[in-house]
Amino acid sequence: VPELTLRELSVKDHRGPRLLPLDVPQEGVERLLPSDRLREGAPGLPEISEPIVVRHFVNLSVLNHHIDKAIYPLGSCTMKYNPKLNDEMAQLPGLAAIHPFQSEELSQGALAVIGELHEWLKAIMGMPAITTQPAAGAQCELTAILMTRAYHAARGNPREEVIVPDSAHGTNPSTVNQVGYRVVTVPSGPDGCVDLKELRREVSGKTAALMLTNPNTLGIFEREAGEIARIVHEAGALLYLDGANLNAMVGLLSPGAMGFDFAHINLHKTFSTPHGGGGPGGGVLCVREDLEPYLPTPVLERSGDRYLWNYDRPRSIGRVHSYYGNFGMIVRALCYVKSLGAAGLAEVSREAILNANYLKARLTEAYAPSHEGYCMHEFVLSASRQKARGVRAVDIAKRILDFGMHAPTTYFPLIVDEALMIEPTETETKASLDAFAEVLLTIDRETREDPERVKRAPTETPVRRLDEARAARKLTLTWQDLEAEGGDA
Amino acid sequence: MLQRIGAPSLEALWEAIPSEFRVRGSLPVDPPLAEYEIARRFAQWAESNADAQHYACFLGAGIYDHFIPAALRALLSRSEFATAYTPYQPEVSQGTLQTIFEYQSMICELTGMEVANASLYDGATACAEAAHLAVGATGRRIVLVSEGVHPHYREVVRTYAAAGSFEVRDVPLERGQTPVLALQRMLAPEVAAFLWAQPNFEGIVEDGAALTEATHAAGAYSIAVADPVALAVLKPPGKDGADIVVGEGQPLGVPMGYGGPLVGFFSVRKSDVRRLPGRLAGATVDLDGRRGFVLTLQTREQHIRRERATSNICTNQGLMALANTIHMALLGAQGMREVALQSMEKAHYLARRAAQVPGVSLANGEAPYFREFVLRLPGPAADFLRAAEKRRILAGVPLERFARARSSELLVAATEKRTCEELDRYVEVLADWARRPARAPVEEAACRS
Repeated sequence: VPELTLRELSVKDHRGPRLLPLDVPQEGVERLLPSDRLREGAPGLPEISEPIVVRHFVNLSVLNHHIDKAIYPLGSCTMKYNPKLNDEMAQLPGLAAIHPFQSEELSQGALAVIGELHEWLKAIMGMPAITTQPAAGAQCELTAILMTRAYHAARGNPREEVIVPDSAHGTNPSTVNQVGYRVVTVPSGPDGCVDLKELRREVSGKTAALMLTNPNTLGIFEREAGEIARIVHEAGALLYLDGANLNAMVGLLSPGAMGFDFAHINLHKTFSTPHGGGGPGGGVLCVREDLEPYLPTPVLERSGDRYLWNYDRPRSIGRVHSYYGNFGMIVRALCYVKSLGAAGLAEVSREAILNANYLKARLTEAYAPSHEGYCMHEFVLSASRQKARGVRAVDIAKRILDFGMHAPTTYFPLIVDEALMIEPTETETKASLDAFAEVLLTIDRETREDPERVKRAPTETPVRRLDEARAARKLTLTWQDLEAEGGDA
Repeated sequence: MLQRIGAPSLEALWEAIPSEFRVRGSLPVDPPLAEYEIARRFAQWAESNADAQHYACFLGAGIYDHFIPAALRALLSRSEFATAYTPYQPEVSQGTLQTIFEYQSMICELTGMEVANASLYDGATACAEAAHLAVGATGRRIVLVSEGVHPHYREVVRTYAAAGSFEVRDVPLERGQTPVLALQRMLAPEVAAFLWAQPNFEGIVEDGAALTEATHAAGAYSIAVADPVALAVLKPPGKDGADIVVGEGQPLGVPMGYGGPLVGFFSVRKSDVRRLPGRLAGATVDLDGRRGFVLTLQTREQHIRRERATSNICTNQGLMALANTIHMALLGAQGMREVALQSMEKAHYLARRAAQVPGVSLANGEAPYFREFVLRLPGPAADFLRAAEKRRILAGVPLERFARARSSELLVAATEKRTCEELDRYVEVLADWARRPARAPVEEAACRS
């Protein structure tokens, strides 16, 4: 039986937690506000007692897969363990119950947390300037491309195009478009890396920037990153690192040394803040020295042993967030780096790379890798062999769910047929990698012996395959829509 | 493991990477700390901030100190919600998907709209995305913004507009309200949308119906940025005819958290559903005909549509939207209304009493307000704030932050959590200070601990 909706659980006059009675003389809303600006009656929200609300959400919660249960190998999502200490620190009243407009004098602890994280991240990235105002990775991209426009405009010509490899995440081209630049796509060569010949052909005086994910979404390090930087910089353009795959680099590789002018970090990936069912993320943007004046306002500065926000930033692109960014994520990330320290940070990427290569080695007997050779922290398999047996990547992904594990990212990057993109992260042990490999090998056997079994999957999950076409055709987006259809979608 | 990989050493896995890209030696950062040392360090930082458990907080301006039930915190900390990701595999994500669906439903109940998305980063970016939607829908390029919209939201709208897709023009306030006549004069045929706030930044309840009527007469979109607590009492902008209703969800169960993470809600009419930015959950059925939920209309989004997507946003603010959902479920229709009414009564009690202090007045006179108001003081607001801090009161947001000329004005908010004793203490401190308002120099503010 599916879990009812809150509306279906509602019983007239049932109440949750209550307030104390009003302790000031009551005027009454009718005397305080004009009647034509008042709502007629209470909003149509449910009326449910606290225990029933708690049961409802607990019953819903157990329908989710999550990293505390088992492997969650979504490629480029970096689903690593989220240490519990991080959450505990973020919930301290002195860090959670503080207002963004209380005076800087009374916020020095919060500012010190931000300031210290900035120092750690600048050291890790090998870059001199930073902002933590963007709310997520995609907003870092937007911030950087707006800064790119401001930078070029200050030199007399904002330029017209931003180059994006064909293996890039969708946020790259959509960001470029949102900032009013034209997207120029460069193809990957047979080795999975940016085709330098094509790149040279596309780069010109019109090029404002190149957005590069390195290692790229195939899990391959762009070996020619130095040459790419040279080509881009010779044209006077800027080089952006999409940090989606930063988990391959921490303590190992330096984005600053690779010549990146911008580099973004997703705190919810590399720095272990919880993904929360799809946010909140935490965005960090590091930039080279001469781009610093364009950073969003305000920027954090230190004066002696005090921190302050500097709002006097005439060349800034302006503000991208209501206040100072996702502070709660900043607290968690600082807790994470302090727990690991220099030694632990150096281990993160080494173990992530080891785990990915081990898993790849175990799986390539049954699944075709997109590219031979060692990978970085993730790799892409193609279900092309299985497709020949009538089973597609989506079927394999659904069958994995039956074993209590999560599926890899599917059908991305777009340049690999029937892609399964796998990122185990450093969290997984050899035993859990072996267990995941056994599941994929079992499924491969099933594609030979009983392909229908795979195509029928999942059968062990709370619901079976859902009709997505129907959801899009017959939009049912609220309780109200559901009721209009008699309660059954 | 290396044997299985066939690599001679761990380093061999990345030996093809040029050595000049490598980090040399160890990172110039501190050694690791044990859990208990980290806890001690963070406790020190926490104690050097003034928090709402040790100070009576009258700060608002978009972020409010409302009651958050214990059951909400307990549910929100469950790994099943907190450590899951975007529900790409709906068969093992029904918990997340159904809660998004319930969130969308409740946002529509509050705003009076037909469709809400799964949330955006915050109230400011929700305004920017709404302006972007209206520009795309109308093909026009000017967005009028009331100065009653939060100054930071207006800045973010300008940042997003800077790419050249639209131009922003401000509509000034008169006595704290957006003047309909002035708006009508500015509503040229090239205007795509008018963005207004309910209640506005100075706490005033706007005449949403009149503003929307004027906007529609010019063929532009009426976009309201609304406070979700106020919407339990105020007429929803959707009923005023607004085309897009957005806002900041923090007051619904999200800690103030020094201003983040927040959560922006975004709601429209069905006719604009294909222009929505961000994630959207919908109901459907599984192979056995059982009800279930999926992400739908994904062809609007960047991972499918790439450069032709409606927005570049990838994640929503999932866990914060869940906090909103649980909060509204726990408080329910009556609890939400009670929070709104008590906040309003307390704000009015405080305003009435504060305005009786000699030299102190309400800057916006008789204009109707909800749980926030502007006090005009007989001296620098910054000076009064420091005096109040010594009595463990965070007395308001100085408007000098946003307009240099308004150095004697203070934006003051009250929520249901402020007790009568705290309200009276506020007035007492104000009266003490108002007798000698220009007293200077001011000593350092007292920090807790």
